[in-house]
Amino acid sequence: MQYLALIYAAPENEPVYGTPEFGAMMAGYNAFTAMLKANGSFVSGEGLKPATTATSVRVKQGKVETMDGPFAETKEHLGGYYLMEVPDLDTAIRYAAQIPTAGYGTVELRPITVW
Amino acid sequence: MSDAAPDPALIAILDQTLRADRGRILAALIARVGDFQLAEDALQDAGTSALVHWGRSGPPARPEAWLIRVAFRKAIDRLRASARDARQFRALVVLSIDEAVEEPELIQDDRMRLIFTCCHPALEPKSRVALTLRTIAGLSTAEIARAFLDSEPTMAQRLTRAKTKLREAGIAFDVPGPEDWPGRLQSVLAVVYLIFNAGYTAGPDEARDLCAEAVFLARLLTQLAPDDPEIAGCLALLLITHARHAARAVGGVTVALSDQDRALWDRNAIEQGLLLLQSAMARRRPGPYQIKGAIAACQVQDGGPDWPQIALLYDSLYRLEPTPVVQLNRAVALAETGLLPHALDLLGQLGAQLQDYQPFHAARAEYLARAGQIRQSHDAYDRALDLTTSVADATFLRQRRAALTLS
Repeated sequence: MQYLALIYAAPENEPVYGTPEFGAMMAGYNAFTAMLKANGSFVSGEGLKPATTATSVRVKQGKVETMDGPFAETKEHLGGYYLMEVPDLDTAIRYAAQIPTAGYGTVELRPITVW
Repeated sequence: MSDAAPDPALIAILDQTLRADRGRILAALIARVGDFQLAEDALQDAGTSALVHWGRSGPPARPEAWLIRVAFRKAIDRLRASARDARQFRALVVLSIDEAVEEPELIQDDRMRLIFTCCHPALEPKSRVALTLRTIAGLSTAEIARAFLDSEPTMAQRLTRAKTKLREAGIAFDVPGPEDWPGRLQSVLAVVYLIFNAGYTAGPDEARDLCAEAVFLARLLTQLAPDDPEIAGCLALLLITHARHAARAVGGVTVALSDQDRALWDRNAIEQGLLLLQSAMARRRPGPYQIKGAIAACQVQDGGPDWPQIALLYDSLYRLEPTPVVQLNRAVALAETGLLPHALDLLGQLGAQLQDYQPFHAARAEYLARAGQIRQSHDAYDRALDLTTSVADATFLRQRRAALTLS
């Protein structure tokens, strides 16, 4: 099964660029990605620019409306994702728990629909 | 269908089989068809056929094996009728192969997989409890709804949602591997304990005694995994606590532990619990349920509860489970050892977290009274009474509060 791991965190909890904590987080992400690739579970994965760069788009009565900012005003913002191919939810949970941001944010697991 | 109404004797055999073996039958079916709902629907179909076939040729020697065999076929029929997509067709192929090798005697007991699946932490805690009672213990949706003060449609919806999540979220029908075992087992034992507590709070007069269902589940777990000390600790806890149930209320009024008539306790169940606990602790793999079992054992000690030991055990439990409820029980034990000011201090710190928890206000009322703070105690009794659902508890609290006003 494929699961999308959506990685959320509150900006104030994120390690600051240039600090040793930031370095440790990046090393953790590199190791995690390498592990997924080595065992064949990696489908794709990216980090996103901050939510302050988000633009939300809607079409109302044929008219395109754009809004500055993310779709929902929440404390934790979407910061990145992994798409993983694993046998079951337990495996997906075990991997999600190894994503560095899970230590101070939230990882939401969503199974991919098979049509 | 036949013209005559089904023979009541056959209905009784079918009901008894489903009551006793529903979990085993469903586990075997789900292991093959991989889907809770399909397994339940197929079992229902098989039950309907049973009354017709058994009426014609007499009941089979092993009704449970008959039901499993026929339900397999019914599941295949259902899949065949609705197999439109590739995934369902694959399931059908697997099933047909399985049917060829199926022999009732060789069907393994898959109930452990069923229990771990029903208690999966990805489900809401209440859904875990409901699903376990429905599939393993064989309670009806109506009975579960009544136990949890929900309407039947609400409970049915909850069960359907849980089964859909099991299927759609890719929750494996399996026992966890060694690395996930301790955590997942705690989730299973928490469900058993919740079921027991629901029965304990409701009191022994309910139609389906949930305490007895919880003891049944814990016993089943010890049979399926006899070497796990936490499972044994959980069964010991339930047996020893349940052993006191005849003494818990006299004349419709709750009796405090220290005042209970020990002649009404079930000595046999206590002995069983103590033996289980002893062999569990000899494995030297301690855990929260062994500690809770040990606390229950200290409560039934000859000569009265061993409060100092109970307080120390709650210290250990708090290190593993730092919850306000454990802290509350620790405070009660400390108060009973005579450390009243310290206990009241601890209770004071718990007020915000436990403001809607009846036992907190009942305990606080008792110890405020002992400390001579009568007015505050009175208020705490009022708050406890507001939160009390059991008539026996309410009568007990009202009597305590009345005694307070007189003194």
